[in-house]
Amino acid sequence: MGYTEDDLAKDLENSEYKFGFTTDIESDKAPLGLNESIIRFISAKKEEPEWLLEYRLNCFKIWSEMTEPNWAHVHYEKPDFQAISYYSAPKQSKKYESWDDVDPEMKATMAKLGISMEEQQRLTGVAVDFVMDSVSVATSFKSKLKELGIIFCSFSEAVQEHPELVRKYMGSVVPATDNFYAALNSAVFTDGSFCYIPKGVRCPMELSTYFRINEANTGQFERTLVVADEGAYVSYLEGCTAPQRDENQLHAAVVELIALDNAEIKYSTVQNWYPGDKDGVGGIYNFVTKRGICETNAKISWTQVETGSAVTWKYPSCILKGDHSIGEFYSVAVTNNFQQADTGTKMIHLGKNTKSTIISKGISAGKSQNSYRGLVQIHKNAANARNFSQCDSLLMTDECGAHTFPYIECKNPSAKIEHEATTSKIGEDQIFYCLQRGISEEKAISLIVNGYCKEVLNQLPMEFAVEAQKLLSISLEGSVG
Amino acid sequence: MISIKNLHASIDGKEILKGLNLEVKAGEVHAIMGPNGAGKSTLASVLAGREEYEITAGEVIFDGVDLLEMSTEDRAREGLFLAFQYPIEIPGVSNINFLRTAMNEIRAYKKEDPISAKEFMALVKEKSALVELDAKLASRSVNEGFSGGEKKRNEIFQMAMLEPKLAILDETDSGLDIDALRIVANGVNKLKTPNNASIVITHYQRLLDYIVPDFVHVLYNGRIVKSGPKELALELEEKGYDWIKAEFAE
Repeated sequence: MGYTEDDLAKDLENSEYKFGFTTDIESDKAPLGLNESIIRFISAKKEEPEWLLEYRLNCFKIWSEMTEPNWAHVHYEKPDFQAISYYSAPKQSKKYESWDDVDPEMKATMAKLGISMEEQQRLTGVAVDFVMDSVSVATSFKSKLKELGIIFCSFSEAVQEHPELVRKYMGSVVPATDNFYAALNSAVFTDGSFCYIPKGVRCPMELSTYFRINEANTGQFERTLVVADEGAYVSYLEGCTAPQRDENQLHAAVVELIALDNAEIKYSTVQNWYPGDKDGVGGIYNFVTKRGICETNAKISWTQVETGSAVTWKYPSCILKGDHSIGEFYSVAVTNNFQQADTGTKMIHLGKNTKSTIISKGISAGKSQNSYRGLVQIHKNAANARNFSQCDSLLMTDECGAHTFPYIECKNPSAKIEHEATTSKIGEDQIFYCLQRGISEEKAISLIVNGYCKEVLNQLPMEFAVEAQKLLSISLEGSVG
Repeated sequence: MISIKNLHASIDGKEILKGLNLEVKAGEVHAIMGPNGAGKSTLASVLAGREEYEITAGEVIFDGVDLLEMSTEDRAREGLFLAFQYPIEIPGVSNINFLRTAMNEIRAYKKEDPISAKEFMALVKEKSALVELDAKLASRSVNEGFSGGEKKRNEIFQMAMLEPKLAILDETDSGLDIDALRIVANGVNKLKTPNNASIVITHYQRLLDYIVPDFVHVLYNGRIVKSGPKELALELEEKGYDWIKAEFAE
């Protein structure tokens, strides 16, 4: 007997989460629960200026008056916001002078993640800002970037060193009033990344940050702010894995991208949060607000490969404010076992001759539910706006589900909007064809799935594409090494 | 090369092959003809190892080993190649990547080192010329957006690359115009050596003008009911299959 889909299904179930381990580092933790004094605690811990504390308190007030949304095609137990600790930092108080000073255990964690920093620095030339439990522990390549006037640092550092930039842009794309989780994040965020590329500068390397949830019951509320000044270019990579946990861990990040006139931002994500075990126990809730704004002639590309999380709820979006601006969204979302994903994008066309492209590839396995939800909105002044959307779903089993919810709102008659959607089951004929050429079943599935996702994977920077392919294989083949 | 004895196979409980016997030796070309529904494609599928078919009796010895005991991919790795009647599209996977993966899997099975990129590309160039396959098609996705003729040429190209011991061509002539037919047939003829063999399954005699068989067999109702030299094909073309049906009706 050959390798059947039933075997595949079994393999998928048994494929244990590869990055499930925890690091034992004493942490400095806030008591459970959320109230004004917790927010004051966080702000004080981070030695923040008064304006930021006020901002947080205001956001907390806004959040307190909001109710949790439930329109997504996902079902989960609502988090108890009073049972979460909102701050946790590794105890080392001083920053590391050199790589040698970094806690060996932390180094080991990074090695397990396959992101040994020395190696990354030496081999790939990627500057890594490693965030473990909310506080950034190591930053590299800073001096090189500094020469070009590029700022790439933890969010906390940016608050201290570049308060004017943070104050100007934070909340300008995703206001606290935007949604429940954005408001929560704005009130309690502990750290994240900040990046500023000055006028006319092309960032010579891929900027990369790894996030990792480490402390049980610690919600992570990152904040990322990327500003590309006029004519600047940056490619930003974000990737994450998390240790295995039984409790659900809430992850509600906010990412804001600002592309000023003629600027371009490429934002790539490989997301591999712990998805829960094969019975659907545990796993990360990933409720993220990601949005970018394009001024005249600017371009923002979102590329995401989503394989993790118990529940994913996110829509990296583009506000195409300036004339001739371009928004792109490329996504691969894999769900397995009991994972649920409701993801897609919003393309808001405000300016004339604005263009957007949406390529979404969903892969559902096990008993998972995978939904694409996208909005294309053409405002009345957006003459000659164009959108092309393609939403494909690939089903691996009979028990999973794929759903597509495209919303199109068009108020300008000169707009051109195209939408294509397909749903297919992984073809037995395709697998047989590969087998007949001597290719093993496992390799055949990997080939077919990678081929299916190719348009998206091609958008990723080289080193990330390799990692993403590995992730797809791990997520779908049960070939855990 | 291959020895098929008393092969019985069924699908969904319905018996299609009912005691088929066939002997093919190295260096030979065998044509299998027959009316629709005789079991021609079933024979190809069963030999290649499609799982929907249940083998209820018989044996198949391929180059000294029991073929029916082998997995589909191992049959391919042992040198059995099926040119599909309807080649499958694999979007996003380039022909070259597909073939290189196949070739290296076969090499690994034989405990050989993977082929170098340089060697591989040289081989692609050489073999694509053989079937007049546009070099561009080699780098496009497997069969995606190919015309019917291009798909069939691509099958022969793959065959040329993988150099099988036994090639089974399942209605390779269907859907081909006369020029494409000539190109495909030429490719097959050029690949012929004293050490390999092919089984050409076809509905019409036409293909056999170009690929001259050593033997022609008539498959009817799950059995080879008549075998003869290449002239048998002409006789069939002239008289149709009705006389066979009349003679061998159940």
